[in-house]
Amino acid sequence: MSTQDKVIAIIAEQAVLDPSNVTMDSTLEDLGIDSLGLVESIFSIEEAFDISVPFNANDPKASDFDISTVASIVAGIERLQAEQS
Amino acid sequence: MKRVVITGAGTINALGHDVPSTLAAMRAGVCGIGALELRDVERLSIQIGGQVRGFEAEGRYNRQQMSLYDRFTQFTLAAAKEAIDQSGLTFSGELAAKSGVVLGTAGGGVSTWDDNYRSVYEDGKNRVHPFVVPKLMNNAAASHVSMEHNLKGPSFTVSTACASSNHAMAQAFSMVRSGMAPAMVTGGSESMLCFGGVKAWEGLRVMSRDACRPFSANRNGMVQGEGAGVFVFEEFEHARARGADILCEIAGFAMSSDASDIVMPSKNGASRAMSGALADAGINRDEVGYINAHGTGTAANDKTECAAVADVFGPHADKLMISSTKSMHGHLIGGTGAVELLACIMALRDGVIAPTIGYEEPDPECALDVVPNEAREARIKVAISNAFAFGGMNAVLALRAT
Repeated sequence: MSTQDKVIAIIAEQAVLDPSNVTMDSTLEDLGIDSLGLVESIFSIEEAFDISVPFNANDPKASDFDISTVASIVAGIERLQAEQS
Repeated sequence: MKRVVITGAGTINALGHDVPSTLAAMRAGVCGIGALELRDVERLSIQIGGQVRGFEAEGRYNRQQMSLYDRFTQFTLAAAKEAIDQSGLTFSGELAAKSGVVLGTAGGGVSTWDDNYRSVYEDGKNRVHPFVVPKLMNNAAASHVSMEHNLKGPSFTVSTACASSNHAMAQAFSMVRSGMAPAMVTGGSESMLCFGGVKAWEGLRVMSRDACRPFSANRNGMVQGEGAGVFVFEEFEHARARGADILCEIAGFAMSSDASDIVMPSKNGASRAMSGALADAGINRDEVGYINAHGTGTAANDKTECAAVADVFGPHADKLMISSTKSMHGHLIGGTGAVELLACIMALRDGVIAPTIGYEEPDPECALDVVPNEAREARIKVAISNAFAFGGMNAVLALRAT
């Protein structure tokens, strides 16, 4: 499964949606994922990709990891995989 | 001062998944204690307990809820739903704003601590699920009940070891009696039957390896149980005005502290709690027909409790009935007083006194009518429920038939 498909699967499960309803342009807000859901998504991503995501729920925008869309999350994961491998 | 009545009851424990099945089991003297089924049980020296069986959280709660509900919260929500459904109350407007939840638990999310310590210590993982804290916190169950049922008044969790539920229910009772709240959801729950939970208890060397036999000369310790008991306490006029079915009245309570030893019980502390509850309720000692004992099945508790009953009741101690239902459902620790209150309700409402099962040999130090092995029919007007905790913290509730 590609990084993109894995991320979509994680986000879709969190949003209780079918993966086909999650696109690369979707924002977590659009999908109805709240702050607790976001923290759980980050955990699932760390587990799935064996990476450590720099994310502080106090100020999500302050971290380097861009969570604004599914596409930005995928890009962030690929960068972290390269850095942390 | 307002009068306070119980208009709803709910439970889940080793004897049943609801109140009717639990009372039927108590009436029949069923033993809910059996071989523990849990991970690494072979490394435990104590391998029995009053486990809740056949309770599938999957299907009952959705995925998101499952990630937030420890087993003690799952039990609490199931019992709270039964109690609130029975009461017929819907919490909205002013009723919701003033009504709250006070629950007891000794350990809170013990299996969440256990699972995650295992993960980081044994499995060497460096990451835990983000909801570990909101799942294990002692007030998680009370919080989820408040959210599920729109209870917006005073809510909190009381933790006084084996007396947690009785202390919680005494608080809820006080709030309704004073007019502070029209109704309160109260009781307690516990779920310590996991490897770490049982291992910790083993350390004290007070656990029985075969059975809980309160008051019996050959008793050899306590047996842990798990589950929840939850009630709706309601102001009497509020309940009467809406034609609610009243299960019984809570007439009074008392709390006392031994201020002596962290584990050994005290006759004086227990006596003061019982006599204090009678005084608070305005009940004469010879009106008491039934005592639901703390009755843990340890050498120390049972003889101390019987001596305290003899002190408080004098000659009437030989006329009243006293039983320990822990012999059937085990010791639910912080939830035990709540499940045991059901035996008091059955005595007052149905005229059936739950037995002390496993009773084999009379003990001269426990020479009271302990309702051995078989339930008994008897019409009584007043019952009291004892809870005496480690740490010397005691709470006794007095109930009256309506």
